[in-house]
Amino acid sequence: MSWIDIGHIDDIPLRGARVLKTPAGCIAVFRTGENEVFAAADRCPHKGGPLSEGIVHGQSVTCPLHNWVFDLNTGAAQGADEGRIATYPLRLEAGRILIDGVSAGQRSAA
Amino acid sequence: MTKKLIIIGAGMAAGRMLEHLYDGGQDWDVTLFNAEPRGTYNRIMLSPVLSGDKTYAEIETHDAAWYEDHGVTCRFGERVVAVDRAARTVTAENGNVLEYDKLVFATGSTPFIIPLPGHDLDGVIAYRDLEDTERMMALGEGRKAVVIGGGLLGLEAAAGMAARGVDVTVVHLMGHLMERQLDEAAGYLLRKALVDKGITVKCSANSKEILGENGHVKALMLDDGTELPCDLLVMAVGIRPSTQLGKDAGLAVGRGIHVDDQMLTSDENILAIGECVEHDGAVFGLVAPLFDQAKVAAATLDGEAAEFVQKDVSTKLKVTGCDLFSAGDFEGGEGTEDIIFRDPARGVYKRLVIREDRIIGVVMYGDIADGSWFFGLMKDGADISEMRDTLIFGPAYQGGASADPLSAVAALPDDAEICGCNGVCKGTIVQAIDSGATDLPILKATTKASASCGTCTGLVEQLLEVTLGDGYAAPAAQPVCGCTDLTHEDLRRLIKSKELKSQPAVWQELGWSTPNGCHVCRPAVNFYLLADWPVEYRDDPQSRFVNERKHANIQKDGTFSVVPRMWGGITSARELRAIADAAEKYAVPTVKVTGGQRIDLLGVKGEDLPYIWADLNKAGLVSGHAYSKGLRTVKTCVGSDHCRFGTQDSTGLGIKLERALWGSWTPHKVKLAVSGCPRNCAEATCKDVGIVCVDSGYQIGVGGAAGMDLKETERLADVPTEEEAMELSVAFIQLYREHAKYLDRPYKWVAKVGLGWVKERVVDDLDNRRALVERFELSQSIYRKDPWADEAKQARRYAPIADLTLEAAE
Repeated sequence: MSWIDIGHIDDIPLRGARVLKTPAGCIAVFRTGENEVFAAADRCPHKGGPLSEGIVHGQSVTCPLHNWVFDLNTGAAQGADEGRIATYPLRLEAGRILIDGVSAGQRSAA
Repeated sequence: MTKKLIIIGAGMAAGRMLEHLYDGGQDWDVTLFNAEPRGTYNRIMLSPVLSGDKTYAEIETHDAAWYEDHGVTCRFGERVVAVDRAARTVTAENGNVLEYDKLVFATGSTPFIIPLPGHDLDGVIAYRDLEDTERMMALGEGRKAVVIGGGLLGLEAAAGMAARGVDVTVVHLMGHLMERQLDEAAGYLLRKALVDKGITVKCSANSKEILGENGHVKALMLDDGTELPCDLLVMAVGIRPSTQLGKDAGLAVGRGIHVDDQMLTSDENILAIGECVEHDGAVFGLVAPLFDQAKVAAATLDGEAAEFVQKDVSTKLKVTGCDLFSAGDFEGGEGTEDIIFRDPARGVYKRLVIREDRIIGVVMYGDIADGSWFFGLMKDGADISEMRDTLIFGPAYQGGASADPLSAVAALPDDAEICGCNGVCKGTIVQAIDSGATDLPILKATTKASASCGTCTGLVEQLLEVTLGDGYAAPAAQPVCGCTDLTHEDLRRLIKSKELKSQPAVWQELGWSTPNGCHVCRPAVNFYLLADWPVEYRDDPQSRFVNERKHANIQKDGTFSVVPRMWGGITSARELRAIADAAEKYAVPTVKVTGGQRIDLLGVKGEDLPYIWADLNKAGLVSGHAYSKGLRTVKTCVGSDHCRFGTQDSTGLGIKLERALWGSWTPHKVKLAVSGCPRNCAEATCKDVGIVCVDSGYQIGVGGAAGMDLKETERLADVPTEEEAMELSVAFIQLYREHAKYLDRPYKWVAKVGLGWVKERVVDDLDNRRALVERFELSQSIYRKDPWADEAKQARRYAPIADLTLEAAE
């Protein structure tokens, strides 16, 4: 894995998200009420809603378009809806958020 | 082993069959051909698209993502030109030869074109697919169209075009309209309603020749010599099963492709479904039997036993304002009796045809609420002798037990369609409830019932009540969400009485079961707190729906719309110039004038929002809050300033109201209007608060609606001065802010508490009125400001946190 620094946790609002642009598309980076960080695809499998604009609650996010709810740990849709979003490993070191460059779609230089 | 399935045609029957097939869980390698360059859409909803009530996107039932998810190979816009049954192959238009294990014909039907002289002229079309619909939609106001055929489709085409301002004439061969579904009396009422819509109707009219000019249609000539000029001629005289390909392949074909009860054709590896088939001597044009066939075909493919049985079908016409219902035999004849009800003033006609104490036919016009109930009695062959005296008045009048509003729903047959958008029948819903979908959200997710336009929500809830009995908690006592057992009303009361002033205090003190709520309760709690404690509580953007957090409306492609405020609908050259400049600078694809008398810039990128706001701010333009559960607009007419009828300065009052109210958050959106005289050009009588100026002062109405529901305002009070009109409006809105359930519009709230209750507090009790206004002013001291100006300073928040694409390019 090659870890890339993408910013500070305070750059993301509490119970909020920001977008990370990658060559493979947009990733949503979430910050929960408990100051955990998660990364997942910024595209709802239902109708492509931007999940980074959704309401973050517990360790879940609700899509702003049609209220699908996803568990940020597994990426699985909750309740009666069926679907899954890709999730990406993150590390939090001294307030800095690091994402694995390989899984985030960026080819490692090696 | 995966078997190869080829389907020819992607109409509604094919779409439904695929769904059943994938529900079955077996592996099929599916290739789907469709002559139309698209997948399955709800063809029966083309008429609402034509009339502008719906868009194509809303009636698409299977989009590209669906086919991709299910691994369907789509060959849309391609025909199949040949089938070799011996080799089990089909040949596509481009020469590809594909093998199949099973083949399904779903080739549908072809509209019948009367071979009149001139039928091949440009501008002569049928009404069958989206292309035809678009031709009609493109016609434009003031142009002329002739529709040949006064049946279901022809009238929907005529009404749809008329709704778009086209001058339409319907030419019908028979003596009255829709003669296959309606008797003469109902046909008469229908004709009258269509004439009222500005449509010319010619019955008993025989077409002779289509006249053209430069290859384009110019007029229709009738055999009595009458010429009807037209720019477009629509033939809607019937359909014929598309059987040519089946015939060429050597299948047994009569009027349609012959199928047995399992939907198998004369070749055991080939099935046929939909409008192309003939089953037991019948061909099909309505959707219900097609869906039944789709289900049977899927079962047959999966090797399961299933049998298609023809059932009675009922008909409804999808023309706004023409409510009719028809089922069964209404020709009458020997041994039949009629029960007829007429109310000429309301234009209501109901007729039941009875034979041997059983209903054999139903025709209704004007009031069709009981149609499904009669249809159910008819299909069940129920003996009606006991209730004969009151039968025509419907289920509500059948003895003591029937006063129960649920009886009508309970009486519906299993195949009664509850959700028109998603084609969900009562049986499907009841089945889902029985297998565990015991509340509305789960039911929505599993069956899609009430998941589109929502107008059937009440019916779906009643089905829950009927099916679960006491096991279903009535919606009135429903908790806010899964995080708490409290209702909205209890939650509001406890926030006030326990003086809870933060979200964590609510979660803790009221025993929330989740760490920090969910997308349902958080916006509600956030609103209740800021409404009750405007000074102590700080609004939490992260508990707001995206539109309110981003101060713009998210669109389906993830872009946003920006609507600057135009006070009372008044603008200036300078403002318009600034809007025009912004539209150009940020490459805004769509600029639209809204119904609230302002301008909407649609398609702005999220990252550009702070910059476009900053530019608009420079010209003095502020947020129009077009995205908020808050004060939206105050619509006005020009009033006494310019209008010769204006009695008061309606524009001035509108501006004053908007200046006083803007920025305030409310349980749901709030729209106002001020009309300068009872001609009511500002449409004040369907607003949340609507003021109509008269010589003697101001009539204040509240609780109007013109959305999902349509409702006229109720009079709150008449007052002589502008000051009082302002005060009453503000006090009413504050009372609404303090008491209504989150997401209840004022009309819903007033219906719950009663107008009398509101009047006591706002009109009669002067002290209370002043206190309400004071509390509103206190709240406004914090919220009466432009959020765009604040947000524009935080542009960074609207940009991505990081951009790895830039590094990759290095």
